Amino acid sequence: MDYLLTEEQKMIKDLAHKIAEEKIRPVAAKYDISEEYPWEVLKVMGESDMFGLFIPEEYGGFANSTMNLCLATEEFSRACGGIAVCYAASALGTIPIVLFGTDEQKKKYLPALASGKRVAAFAITEPEAGSDASAIKTVAKKVGDHYVLNGLKHFITNAGDAETYVVIAMTDKSKGARGASAFIVEKGTAGFTFGKKEDKFGIRASSTRELIFTDCKIPAENLLAKEGMGFIVTMRTFDMSRPGVAAQALGIAQGALELAVKYVRQRVQFGKSISSFQGIQWMLADMATEVEAARGLVYATARMVDAGIKDVAKESAMAKMYASDVAMKVTVDALQLFGGYGYMKDYPIEKYVRDAKITQIYEGTNQVQRGIIALKLIKEMAK
Amino acid sequence: MNIIVCIKQVPETTEVRINPETNTLMREGVKSIINPFDMYAIEEALRLKERFGGKVSVITMGPPQADAALREAISMGADEGYLVCDRAFAGSDTWATSYTLAGAIKKLEPYDLIICGKQASDGDTAQVGPGISTHLNIPQVTYVKKVEEATDKSMRLERMLEEGYEIIQTPLPALLTVVKEINEPRIPSLKGLMRAKNAKIIMFTQKELNLDPQQIGLCGSPTQVVKIFTPTPRVGGQILKGEVPDIVKELVELIKGEVN
Repeated sequence: MDYLLTEEQKMIKDLAHKIAEEKIRPVAAKYDISEEYPWEVLKVMGESDMFGLFIPEEYGGFANSTMNLCLATEEFSRACGGIAVCYAASALGTIPIVLFGTDEQKKKYLPALASGKRVAAFAITEPEAGSDASAIKTVAKKVGDHYVLNGLKHFITNAGDAETYVVIAMTDKSKGARGASAFIVEKGTAGFTFGKKEDKFGIRASSTRELIFTDCKIPAENLLAKEGMGFIVTMRTFDMSRPGVAAQALGIAQGALELAVKYVRQRVQFGKSISSFQGIQWMLADMATEVEAARGLVYATARMVDAGIKDVAKESAMAKMYASDVAMKVTVDALQLFGGYGYMKDYPIEKYVRDAKITQIYEGTNQVQRGIIALKLIKEMAK
Repeated sequence: MNIIVCIKQVPETTEVRINPETNTLMREGVKSIINPFDMYAIEEALRLKERFGGKVSVITMGPPQADAALREAISMGADEGYLVCDRAFAGSDTWATSYTLAGAIKKLEPYDLIICGKQASDGDTAQVGPGISTHLNIPQVTYVKKVEEATDKSMRLERMLEEGYEIIQTPLPALLTVVKEINEPRIPSLKGLMRAKNAKIIMFTQKELNLDPQQIGLCGSPTQVVKIFTPTPRVGGQILKGEVPDIVKELVELIKGEVN
């Protein structure tokens, strides 16, 4: 389907495709096994200006566009959902600074993030605060010209490898959600350490660790936006980044579909290519249609964000929920088409199933997304 | 260091089809790319520029659409692109091509280094690079796999041989042809792609170069292509079985049969 991309968008998509095919696909299996952080690939992405896609030009980036971020993330995810999430999670950690940073904060942090020499991470989740983000317990107490952080964040993507963290902590517990604030914390700050690296089912090239804050003193100027704006920072960031997660799911689905089509064309049973069997053809047709429908939803949402439309919560939720459900279904069907070979790690398809699963869970489970969509629908009708 | 890289646009396939009537390559429907070996030449030039400063100019001889190959090199970081393009150059063999390119390179003087890929993936001759150096009367080092040392006056190079390598010291200016072991070509940057899109490609025609008409194009090409064909695959050998004296006898008869 032709999405009438601009010349610039085509250029970004083509370049991301080239990086995916030449630099990501050949090493995808290696990083899935080793669980090492794929710095060599991130270096190439950085040199190709890919980290600049979500950073404005005056801070060393290229533009600030959700559509661009989606196009790049989709292409990277076609080849490896794990490596792609290292990229997308850096976007997630960078976007709050782009949206809410002062000129000084932007000048200090964005150029290094735009070049890919440093990566970022975003930290809100805690052991007791997953879908219920308002339950966070990490506190930041103002002491003179510093804040002192105490608490624990967990399941943080890029943790340990990222240099720049945006951390949500409570500055005033009595105010509930309005008592949360966002802080920029640099790796190496005294009192800021990491927990063990999680051993994950999928996206294994990415690192997931705990952030541990023990009397961690950070300068007051590291406060992002104002005290009490932590959840607004989070929601605005997710509105921009959620289409990116949808694009990751879309890319994983597209990648699995391509591998499946390629495989059924060469697999011969009963004396002919299995692609000639109607049962197989109908599966492929359904998979391709669902992937295309997801793409339409993801691109349309990304374009809404870029057009400056303020309330995209419903559309973002729809794109993320639908694309990730499609990714799960399409990857499982793709594995089915590979038959017994698909179940073996020698073939690349089982990894797509593992990588797809997380997209239904993180950045708001699909149950939470359905809740957002339904609530919006009911509110709209009540107007 | 001023470096000139000679590149060629080739069809993206290792199975080039040949028109049996005209004995020429069938380019229709095949995507064009920069000759893969030339990518290593571009990369090495860019690395030397990053070390020593200066500029990298890419040059190609070909039809107007070869412009795309020059722009791709610019997107990787090359500074300028030159397209040698004229109907008068059509049908050139390696002699006429190297003569023409040498003529164009003279227009780009002064230069310190010329780098070419070891050969083109379509013609596979490996003659144009050495031909250019001969026409320009500068030293050539072929099959370079490593630049060991470089100054603005000379270079120490590792030249790949079938078994092992030799170390060659050459004064500059010189011409190198490089092999794929030398580096890993970079992926272009988005900013480079933007720059390439708007870059001005300078065109050299016969009018600008004013070359000897007897040495360019088809009439300047001593090579005559009589026939091009895909060689038939070798059939497997025959294994004789049985007692040695019988086999020897059979073998002798077979050889006799072949000879006759």
